[in-house]
Amino acid sequence: MTQLRRLEAEAIYIIREVAAEFDNPVMLYSIGKDSSVLLHLARKAFHPGRLPFPLMHIDTTWKFREMIEFRDRMARELGFELIVHTNAEGLAAGISPLTHGAKYTDVMKTEALKAALSAHHFDAAFGGARRDEEKSRAKERVFSFRDAQHRWDPKNQRPELWSLYNGRIHQGESIRVFPLSNWTELDVWLYIHVENIPVVPLYFARPRPVIERDGMLIMCDDDRLKLRPGEQVREEWVRFRSLGCYPLSGAVRSRAATLTEVIEEMLVTRTSERQSRAIDFDQAAAMEKRKREGYF
Amino acid sequence: MAAEDLADFLRRHEAKELLRFITCGSVDDGKSTLIGRLLHDTQQILEDQLAAVTSDSRKWGTTGEAVDLALLVDGLQAEREQGITIDVAYRYFDTARRKFIIADCPGHEQYTRNMATGASTADLAVILVDAARGVQVQTRRHACIVALLGIRHVIVAVNKMDLVGYDEAVFERIRSECLGIRGIGDADARVVPVSALRGDNVVTGGDGMPWYRGPTIIELLDSVDVSHDQQLADLRLPVQYVNRPDASFRGFAGTLAAGEIAVGDPILAVPSRRLSRVREILTFDGNLPRAAPGMAITVTLEDEIDISRGDLLAHPDRAPSVGRVFDAHLIWMSDAPLLPGKQYEFKLSHRYLRGTVESIHHRIDVNDQSEHLASELRLNEVGLCRIVLTEQTAFDTYASCRATGAFIVVDRLSHATAGAGMILRNAAPHGAHHDVSVFWQPTRVSHEQRINQKAQHPCILWFTGLSGAGKSTIANAVEQALYLRGHHSYLLDGDNIRHGLNRDLDFSDAGRVENIRRIGEVAKLFLDAGLIVLTAFISPFRSDRRLVRDLVGSGEFVEVFVSTPLDECERRDPKGLYVKAREGTIRNFTGISSPYEAPEAPEIEIDSSKLSVAECVDRVIRYLEANGRLRN
Repeated sequence: MTQLRRLEAEAIYIIREVAAEFDNPVMLYSIGKDSSVLLHLARKAFHPGRLPFPLMHIDTTWKFREMIEFRDRMARELGFELIVHTNAEGLAAGISPLTHGAKYTDVMKTEALKAALSAHHFDAAFGGARRDEEKSRAKERVFSFRDAQHRWDPKNQRPELWSLYNGRIHQGESIRVFPLSNWTELDVWLYIHVENIPVVPLYFARPRPVIERDGMLIMCDDDRLKLRPGEQVREEWVRFRSLGCYPLSGAVRSRAATLTEVIEEMLVTRTSERQSRAIDFDQAAAMEKRKREGYF
Repeated sequence: MAAEDLADFLRRHEAKELLRFITCGSVDDGKSTLIGRLLHDTQQILEDQLAAVTSDSRKWGTTGEAVDLALLVDGLQAEREQGITIDVAYRYFDTARRKFIIADCPGHEQYTRNMATGASTADLAVILVDAARGVQVQTRRHACIVALLGIRHVIVAVNKMDLVGYDEAVFERIRSECLGIRGIGDADARVVPVSALRGDNVVTGGDGMPWYRGPTIIELLDSVDVSHDQQLADLRLPVQYVNRPDASFRGFAGTLAAGEIAVGDPILAVPSRRLSRVREILTFDGNLPRAAPGMAITVTLEDEIDISRGDLLAHPDRAPSVGRVFDAHLIWMSDAPLLPGKQYEFKLSHRYLRGTVESIHHRIDVNDQSEHLASELRLNEVGLCRIVLTEQTAFDTYASCRATGAFIVVDRLSHATAGAGMILRNAAPHGAHHDVSVFWQPTRVSHEQRINQKAQHPCILWFTGLSGAGKSTIANAVEQALYLRGHHSYLLDGDNIRHGLNRDLDFSDAGRVENIRRIGEVAKLFLDAGLIVLTAFISPFRSDRRLVRDLVGSGEFVEVFVSTPLDECERRDPKGLYVKAREGTIRNFTGISSPYEAPEAPEIEIDSSKLSVAECVDRVIRYLEANGRLRN
């Protein structure tokens, strides 16, 4: 088998293992390209049946509008059960990525996710994280144990041998599951290419209204983004390498308007995709710290 | 890049082979530097990553002004502060031909556990040796774990050649020493002189060692043939998930662990032993006529038979072992030691089964591969153990098929993964080579007819006890008494059996287990013939005696515990063996340097230091009479 088919088979194996072993699994759906691949693999795993678990999106209310449209269209076309959760308290308190920085990520993403997992009593949650994304991810298990407070203890992980994943947990504990652990960014794009998987159009370049702020190109997706003195909205050919909340997702200038052009651009420009995410600029070990606290 | 070039590139990347390998060595051997070098020289490092490492090099680097490539791979904050790696990390890179997944394990504490974890999915191991320090204890430890986990391909990277002036003689000495180590010498092994720091012989040749004309590390990684590593060619499809979207469809989903499966093939579901045929092989991308190992498929069958997760589909003529007792190498991974007799959960294929480690045959010192007696296994220790499950399951030996021969041990309270096991052999009463197509052939003259002819109910009198306890003496006297009363019997004597039937067996643990198994089988045949069978073997392990008891049925197995105390046996010392054992010239001597596990509930117990031989015989005869074994 070729490497891509081996990765595919491994992911299907992992997804089936979770469906068979857990009472109440859920697939975290971030609407990004990794989520799209994960969803596609899950459909393959249970063909000709339907997905035996729901998808859940943690909606901060600051996602790109195109992401939400794409999400709802996918749910409609593919017929999966979709749970959308927003931290209503945080929303009411006016927690915003424009004014609250790291606190916003904590409240609207990490806390919201933990609350949703607890409220639905999910005992396993699939995520699309890959080990090649970032250094602290390289040690992440495929089945990653979380205590009842959803915390990750990187020093006390369960050894993971062969493909014998240990899914045994106590009430309230859970497992985060990463079927794409061994995929690289190139593998993901390649798979999207050969399998013809739909992705959000924001990954492809076209003229979009952007401003330049703190060294990043921010797209003006709605009128909540207030211009600071000196800022000017310009139409520029841009695309996104990684999608999240629009005020935190930096666009890159690009003319890559098709999938093959995007892949070609990725091969030529040699920076890792996380560079365009604002949250990673804090400190070198930022990601590890967030993961300990329950971030995906 | 032109469109055709890109399409071509994508096709080639998609079609690459996957090779997984583990790197063994400590920070001091330059392991992280080697990995950093592989990533860097195959152009896997992105600009921002290199920029981060350059800035980190100033903070944590150990290479002075040069960029410390080791920092590319040392991940977590805690370990960066300590300057060591603490867990298994995975790295990815590729060449024109292959994609590689590196399992990177630390070289210090928790070593065995972490290395076993990384090795469990690896096709190949890269073992680092520091040229300045030569072969170390840890080199032997790496080789032992590599062998234990069944890795067939080894590259020994003799690193830091720059520190020994690129001296060929130093390399040659280390090379020949390495090839003499079990786990390296008997593997498909290559030894390469390298300098990871300078890049010599990692990806490109470099100019330091013109005397070396062999391949570089990357050339070996690119060319090693791993396609024949899986030994088993017989079908093994573990049922992972039963797919029942509606009442009309019932598919069995799983990943093909070994062999091929084709539409129309007959299959046997084990352990339930139900037969059917493959109707369809389904995938999302369409139905297939056949499927090969590694593919995640769903099959439907011609017949509605009851199959659930954890069953295994095999060819009816080439089915795996089915049983609940096996011997396995166990690596212990938990702070709480492994205790024989304690209940654990064993996850094997897709089932969690309850069971115990009944006994530890021996502990293996991973530093020199020597065997030692052990009553428990502690964290990072390895042992050969007898596993007894509460239910039957299908399995293969680990050497023939990793997917159906490996298991993990889960602590029932903490749910921690406490151990990992590799099945060495079936230890069930019906033996390791039980073939479902061989049936017991009934004979014309029945067991009952033979019993009636001999006017006795046959049984096995299994004498067990220390050397010198009086087993043989009493057994002989009992047989004589039976003969005088007109009964039919046969005494199986340990030495006599070892002269003939068991001449090929040694006194290793494996030899001892097989010795008892064969004696049990012979005793069973004699029992069928209607004879009262007497055996006199030390048979120190409960598990072995239970194996025979299970073999013949409880009512026909009479355990006679000759409980003469050790000091009395040693005083008698009829063959002078105790003296030799105390001197250390005999190893593994029961009672001195090897344990004797006394029976928990023997049918008869006699102490020949308190009773005369005649009194002992009388006890045995009275037991047989009281239980209706001797008719007149």
